[in-house]
Amino acid sequence: MIEFAMDITLVISLLWLAWLLLAAQDMFKAIILFIIFGLFMALVWARLNAPDVALAEAAIGSGLSGALLLASLRRSGESGAGNEQRAGGLEPGSGITPGSATLNITHRLLTVLIIGLAGTLVWAAWVMPPQHSGLTEQVTARMQRSGVSNPVTAVLLNFRGYDTLLEIGVLLLALICVRSLGALPQFLTLRPPGMVLMAFTRLLVPFMVLVAGYLLWAGAHAPGGAFQGGAVLAAAGVLLLLADIGLLQSCPERLLRALAALGFTVFLLVASMMLQASGQILNYTPARAGAWILLIESAALISIALILVLLFSGGRFEKGRVPAQERDPVQ
Amino acid sequence: MSNAHLYMLGGVCLFTLGTYALLTKTQLLRKILAANVMGSGVFLVLIAGAYRSPSGLPDPVPHAMVLTGIVVAISMTALALVLLGRMVPGSRKGDKE
Repeated sequence: MIEFAMDITLVISLLWLAWLLLAAQDMFKAIILFIIFGLFMALVWARLNAPDVALAEAAIGSGLSGALLLASLRRSGESGAGNEQRAGGLEPGSGITPGSATLNITHRLLTVLIIGLAGTLVWAAWVMPPQHSGLTEQVTARMQRSGVSNPVTAVLLNFRGYDTLLEIGVLLLALICVRSLGALPQFLTLRPPGMVLMAFTRLLVPFMVLVAGYLLWAGAHAPGGAFQGGAVLAAAGVLLLLADIGLLQSCPERLLRALAALGFTVFLLVASMMLQASGQILNYTPARAGAWILLIESAALISIALILVLLFSGGRFEKGRVPAQERDPVQ
Repeated sequence: MSNAHLYMLGGVCLFTLGTYALLTKTQLLRKILAANVMGSGVFLVLIAGAYRSPSGLPDPVPHAMVLTGIVVAISMTALALVLLGRMVPGSRKGDKE
């Protein structure tokens, strides 16, 4: 009973937060609500026995998405009322011009269609059988051959490794697209970092690197893996950028490109080798599977982290700045 | 009504809410948020479906799919945000002036 009350509270909170964040007039407020929404999603994943997803949601879905959105809002230079104008709405609340008869009909038609869609989907969810084992048995039966003992890692990198290969490809493709659009306006230099942020970053970053490594290693037998570890490492990189510690900026461009492509390259090479040897893509021999998975995950961890930090900073690290040590941080 | 059904219905509502906001809101940044809310709704339906396993051990395949989905969603968000930053103000159809 208590559990059901908690479930209802969680679901209602989620819907309420989603409503608030989609209706808030101020963009800054909407983004903060989105971050809170992500944290509630992480709670729901933990409740539904999906700790791997909870870790990824807290780090990527809430943390890094929030950082990306806030950075983008900062780049646009305005928030709240100014942003409404810039984003080009005739009316802040809706996309429909008031008073126009045809558009009012369109709006009504759209509302009817959306209600129809909601009804159909609710019906589809309602008639689903209350108990269904899905592919649990198939996965459990083959766990011995997968090389790892965490079923989610086994599915991600062994049974459905093809999906993960393409996913890292999508991430790399997003970075290539972002970079091909040219440099974005700088925003990190607008305000010098405070003493607290700088000291905190120096303390925290080594621990975050350690946690990322731990998550990667633990992924074989417990919740964790390359995505969760990569997200934590990316958060460390974002902190380094915000605190203006020039570690990432001092990396040569070629090294950055090579590291960003490393995960996809290693994954693709392993897949082609398997294709040559056994005629099937990503068909590991059970004895070596654990080692192959660790190799792919280590390469993927570095690439995922670097790509996420690069996406945060707009595709490139801003060069030609005064290193933090030589500048008075408080001004 | 089981827990899984409750969360599935929640996911469906999130998806619908996101779709409606995506179609009716004019601010582009809010459209990006709406697309993310839609994605969260889909993930919720998948994970709630995986929770229905009678053995108590949830189905790991949807979990892996959602992990993949979260990373694809952030790639989409990042690219959309950069495209938004590149937009010339006033160039959209329906803008004032």
